[in-house]
Amino acid sequence: MKFEKQGDGLYRLDVTGYVCPHPQLYTKKALEKIGQGEILELVFDNPSSGESIAAMCDSAGNELVSQDLQGGKYTWKIRKAAG
Amino acid sequence: MSAAAEPAAIDPRHKRWALGIVAALILISVGTYAYHEYYLYLSVYLWFGFIYGMCLQYGRFCFSSAFRDLFAVGVPRMAVGIMIAIALFGLVGAFVSATGLSTFHAAPSSVHAVIAGFIFGVGMCFSGGCASGSMYKTGEGNMNALLVVLSISVTQAIFVDVGGWMNALVPESWTQSALGKGLPASITVTDGWVDQYLAGYVWDQPVMSFATLFGWTDKSVLGAFVGNLLVGVVLPGAALLAVVYAFWSRRGFMRKRVAAGSARPRWRDELAGYWAMIVGSKRTAIAGLALGIAAGLHMYATQGLRVKFGVRNAGPLLERMGSDFGLSVNGTVFDPGYWYVTTQEAQWVGWVMHKLGWNQLDNIYFGFNNGIPNPLINPADWMSIALFFGAAVMALLHREFKFKTPTLETATWAIIGGALMGIGSRLGLGCNVGAFFVRVSQGDPSGWLFGAGMVGGAYLGVKFFNWWTERRMAQQFA
Repeated sequence: MKFEKQGDGLYRLDVTGYVCPHPQLYTKKALEKIGQGEILELVFDNPSSGESIAAMCDSAGNELVSQDLQGGKYTWKIRKAAG
Repeated sequence: MSAAAEPAAIDPRHKRWALGIVAALILISVGTYAYHEYYLYLSVYLWFGFIYGMCLQYGRFCFSSAFRDLFAVGVPRMAVGIMIAIALFGLVGAFVSATGLSTFHAAPSSVHAVIAGFIFGVGMCFSGGCASGSMYKTGEGNMNALLVVLSISVTQAIFVDVGGWMNALVPESWTQSALGKGLPASITVTDGWVDQYLAGYVWDQPVMSFATLFGWTDKSVLGAFVGNLLVGVVLPGAALLAVVYAFWSRRGFMRKRVAAGSARPRWRDELAGYWAMIVGSKRTAIAGLALGIAAGLHMYATQGLRVKFGVRNAGPLLERMGSDFGLSVNGTVFDPGYWYVTTQEAQWVGWVMHKLGWNQLDNIYFGFNNGIPNPLINPADWMSIALFFGAAVMALLHREFKFKTPTLETATWAIIGGALMGIGSRLGLGCNVGAFFVRVSQGDPSGWLFGAGMVGGAYLGVKFFNWWTERRMAQQFA
């Protein structure tokens, strides 16, 4: 697991290799740590975590800005909801 | 969700692999049927296993997620999907029961099911997937999930036969009760904790269904549809979903309504929110629908073949085909006639251990109940192997197949979690599928008891992982 600030308002969380429930738990905690309106770039390769993370974002009002799938690896950008 | 990537074309190599798998399974079915018509019985298991694998992978259908994600991240999608699957399986199962063709037998109900479910629930949280979830994830190329499957299998095969110092932990009343059952001499019932637990305790517990609680039989229309389906499945399922909606889904839905300009929520908003939760994840809901219907039809097809071949269990069929090794002392093998996961996993390892010199036919689990037939012609094995391939085909067709090797950390969780699931399965006489999904669907109260235990176990597991992930995140920021 790697969580780092990549730039102004941009963070990256890499949970490649992890299975449930780690990717969704780390994503939840990373979103709690970043500020409103900031972007979390999430990299994971456990398909079932994607379903839970998408539902979690929808429920909390966080926006899934982009989703990419290359070679079984997902890269999603999530903007944390304002307020 | 915005700016989602356009679905890319399927890799031609993946497509070829998927078609190759399907062609190989067809070849196995046709070839074995040409060799002997009894192989049709095994092929029914094979193709339903294939369907289960496809459905599980398509819907990312993991029972662990149903309980765990509620507590961990407040996501109800899998809890909803599983209730849909249970209701549909219950409906088809009620038809099958009312026609007298059900293969289902209720299990003893007592506190043991809750304890077993609790241990299983902690295990599935640790390992990252339930027994069936780990199987479909193995089909996605996840070797961590394969480690979970192996851990479940090995733990079960050892646990059911361990005596020695564990005999000292058996209450005397269990030993006496077990001795009183008059089991065949080949079963050493006083040597083995699980043997005495089964014959001395579990078998003494009441066996019931919601139908029989009301004085109906399971085969009667009232018993099947009102007792087992309506009272045993639909009403408690709808009530549970209402609780899930109130605690985990309502807030997000109402916030969207308010943002869209709605005034104070009314009843129709609540109903709309409840419905939105149910259809919230189409993939999961579709998988739940397909799984429920397939599981019901599986019972129907198997029982139809039993009638056609004049047997009540696959044991005599294997014997007639010249393979009598590994049959139980009753001449039977494990042949549930419906979706099941853990027993055939234990049989793989039990068979290997027996071949290596560890007598596995002197215990109740293998020697009296399930046998350890050659894995190549073990009916339930055909289902499990095909489940791997069904999941692999679906993953290949959705660009989600990827070989993943475990790290030391994930391997540790996999082995510990798998071992706990193996122990929980044997204490509860089944896993999340056999002891929960199937039993609840067919109106067996012990299924709800196992489920209640799983909820408690998942809650404890989530508490642990909350602490663990918080600690790891703090290390990253230190």
